[in-house]
Amino acid sequence: MRMAIEPRMWRELGLSDEEYQRIVEAIGRDPTPTELAMFSVEWSEHCGYPRSRPLLALLPKEGKYTSPVEGGDAGGIEAAPGLTVLFKMESHNHPSQVEPFQGAATGVGGIIRDIFTMGARPIAVLDPLRFGELDQPMARYLFNGVVKGIAFYGNCLGIPTVGGELQFDDAYRGNCLVNVMALGVVRTDKIVSGRGTGVGNPVIIVGNSTGRDGIGGASILASHELAEDDEKRPTVQIGDPFTEKCLIEACLEALETGAIVAMKDMGAAGITCTTCEMSAAGGCGMDVELQKVPRREPGMEPWEILMSESQERMLLVAQKGKEDEVLGIFRKWGLNAVVIGQLTGDGLLRVRDNGEVVAEVEAKKLAEPPVYHLPAEEPAYYRACQAWDPSGLPTPKDMTAVLRDLLSSPNLASPEWVYRQYDHMVQTNTVVLPGGDAAVLRLKGYRQGIGVTADGNGRYCYLDPYLGTQLVLAEACRNLVCVGADPAGVTDCLNFGNPEKPDRFWQFKRSVEGLADACRFFELPVVSGNVSFYNEAADGAIYPTPVLGVVGVLEDVRRHCTAGFKRSGDVILLLGKTRDDLGGTEYLKHVHGLVTGRPPALDLDLERRVQRTCLEAVRAGLCASAHDCSSGGLAVALAECCMWGDTGARVTLPAGETEVRLDARLFGESPSRILISAAPDNAEKIREIAGRHGAPLELLGAVGGDSLTVLADGEPVIAAPVAELKKLWRSAIPRLMEG
Amino acid sequence: MTATAGKLRFGIVVFPGSNCEADTWHAIHDEMDAPVEYVWHEETNLDGYDCVILPGGFSYGDYLRTGAVARFSPVMGAVQEFAAKGGLVLGICNGFQILLEAGLLPGAMLRNAGQKFVCRYLHVRVETTDTPFTREMTKGAVLRIPIAHGEGNYYADPDMLAEMKEHDQIVFRYCTAEGESTPEANPNGSLDNIAGVCNRDRNVLGMMPHPERCTDPILGSADGRLVWESLLEVSRGDS
Repeated sequence: MRMAIEPRMWRELGLSDEEYQRIVEAIGRDPTPTELAMFSVEWSEHCGYPRSRPLLALLPKEGKYTSPVEGGDAGGIEAAPGLTVLFKMESHNHPSQVEPFQGAATGVGGIIRDIFTMGARPIAVLDPLRFGELDQPMARYLFNGVVKGIAFYGNCLGIPTVGGELQFDDAYRGNCLVNVMALGVVRTDKIVSGRGTGVGNPVIIVGNSTGRDGIGGASILASHELAEDDEKRPTVQIGDPFTEKCLIEACLEALETGAIVAMKDMGAAGITCTTCEMSAAGGCGMDVELQKVPRREPGMEPWEILMSESQERMLLVAQKGKEDEVLGIFRKWGLNAVVIGQLTGDGLLRVRDNGEVVAEVEAKKLAEPPVYHLPAEEPAYYRACQAWDPSGLPTPKDMTAVLRDLLSSPNLASPEWVYRQYDHMVQTNTVVLPGGDAAVLRLKGYRQGIGVTADGNGRYCYLDPYLGTQLVLAEACRNLVCVGADPAGVTDCLNFGNPEKPDRFWQFKRSVEGLADACRFFELPVVSGNVSFYNEAADGAIYPTPVLGVVGVLEDVRRHCTAGFKRSGDVILLLGKTRDDLGGTEYLKHVHGLVTGRPPALDLDLERRVQRTCLEAVRAGLCASAHDCSSGGLAVALAECCMWGDTGARVTLPAGETEVRLDARLFGESPSRILISAAPDNAEKIREIAGRHGAPLELLGAVGGDSLTVLADGEPVIAAPVAELKKLWRSAIPRLMEG
Repeated sequence: MTATAGKLRFGIVVFPGSNCEADTWHAIHDEMDAPVEYVWHEETNLDGYDCVILPGGFSYGDYLRTGAVARFSPVMGAVQEFAAKGGLVLGICNGFQILLEAGLLPGAMLRNAGQKFVCRYLHVRVETTDTPFTREMTKGAVLRIPIAHGEGNYYADPDMLAEMKEHDQIVFRYCTAEGESTPEANPNGSLDNIAGVCNRDRNVLGMMPHPERCTDPILGSADGRLVWESLLEVSRGDS
């Protein structure tokens, strides 16, 4: 039975008329309805990246550390001899905006599967989150639901959530950003591929049954803008962390048998995606019978089974004759495991429904969508923001009041309300707990450890996507050297608006170019990533927000450092230099209500000198604390060091910066700056290291007392009891969330 | 006798959804150098173990009430018999919840008073050293130890509580760093700041804090070692 294809059908699946014509050209005939559904998901931006691939090719794949994976679900770096840390970040923005609890929960589930599908044991999760301003009830509802969803899923799995980010801005009011990064460890020689090889080998589906949830999640929800009146809830999947936990254990146990040839997670586009991509990657074909797929409800159409995004499912290829051993392990864990077909030698993906062939297409055609080169055009706002002159900006009289105000703003306040709800210690590897610059994890059985951080700054990237993205990378790396980790590899989650609009595509293009250039400079590979376009609601696009997850290596995990001041009498040093950098700052937005200007200038060479100094000093055990100066500037960074250490400090701003306005000296966000505290005896040794690397170093003052006092040109400009600042900083988010 | 032969033999029960079994195994095997094995939840024979541990996690997902499904697991019949014969049973977090559901310990667990999962380091005070799990501690000593749970709000009715006090069954209480049991030091609304209790025979202990998470000082505290050292001392003392 062959049904005629009408334009209505492909348009409902999210395909344009032009895309439909390309499908017809690719297969040389009209597709069947089932094939049309398969193309609609596989060629969507979410799965096939037809619009972003040409630019992503700019990103370097190699750096100073070995990155042993090419073309897997996740990538990684070799952190210790023979041990690879795999990592990847993904977005679950639209599902979370539509249904925050399940959207966020399944975001965690999906990225974790990308890790263990390659044979790695998942060891940590990080969650960079962005919502509208917290005085809006909708933002509070989304924020609360997302945090609860992450906690529900991650805590149950026993994978610690060790870090993340929080940003609140009107730009995300109608389209929140929920990004999730996961890491796992695997012996380098045991990394599993997603390449289906060996004609006749059985294809096995394991895990949850397939239901009608999440149909069209990739093609419809993720690949279009959100509109106010949309009823998209049925496209969000439902998470079952208990099944996922059993699936992790069963998959890792099954891999131990050596009987598994390939494994792939069913994420976006479900069975369609796994069957065609496994076949295409292995250069073979596949013949599968849909009636064998365990289903949650009767009467599902072939296209529904193929497009379903039901969670907690995997597709495996096992060695012929060893399937019973594999099936037995999954049954032990109470999971479905069914042989649904086998690999073939003809390169065709053949899908049957009760024996009848409902789709038969070349797997490579399906897995390799065409590339679209989209036009890019500089947005109208860009020049105006670049031309902004801060000289007309009034300087506040009471800088202590400004500091109090900044510390109680949700963007700079303590994120403790969030990370207390996440189990961040399970697996007993978390050496540096959340809240500081970066998390540090030990690798049991190895001297080495890893540091990990996730950073973004939508405001910088809106004002200048090229420079903004480089600033984000520089900050992430700076966070790592502060804990003693050498930056080694990057994963990117690129959150942008509708790429079919030339001004949005320009933001994307400039951002990727900036990232590529900075990664080359720092010798960092981009090992994995995710593009999330169409982040637009009725009132416009989000800020272009590339979020970068960076993993670094500690040569000896015992030689790590934290951000809080430790001992009264330690000296406080500033690595780097403060300049007149007010553009795009948190201070400018929060105090003056302005989002404009040029983001702080970045001197990559200076950045590298500062980072090398800090890393060497921490590794030598010379630093009592190290903390990056970023959002909120030097004053906020000093306050944080005091609050974390429950101690005061007395500092004098460097005399050589008198050309710089006082508010910029305190709250400006010049990059390439790190606050270090050290025993007085060690200060000279740190100065020697800074001299050798050519990094500026200033003595600011000393740790001690109960108050933070900052002097400029002989006058106290900030003076406040640390306990009082800490109370404001800790209570800001709970007060908004719980009244 | 070799050193190992004198050591307690530990069995860690693995339910589907347990997630602290490997941490507990690591603490006992690698940090304490004591013999330990996993016990699958379908096992019905616990011969050969001296101490059976029910680890933390979300047994069977805990979608219903924590521990409510796990108590019906095949291994739990064997745990009942093992305890009745005087075997040592330690329930940590989810394991504590399961022991309450199974009636091996008195009381019940409610949702945290704040209605949220709470993960943090905090302090507990040692209330009795008259158990095989705490004999290497000092009465009144303050331990720094992490918790991570959504249902740790311990409850017992007034008669039961009075009886437990009479028989010295309260083993740990949440307290300040200085050792005071104040409402502020209570992370979950637990009755009388109770963090751990034992049965009247003193061979079954349930505790919400995780000793396996603080067995190595690099994780911020090594106070959890005292639990393992107490147990291992039992072995040497009895042999």
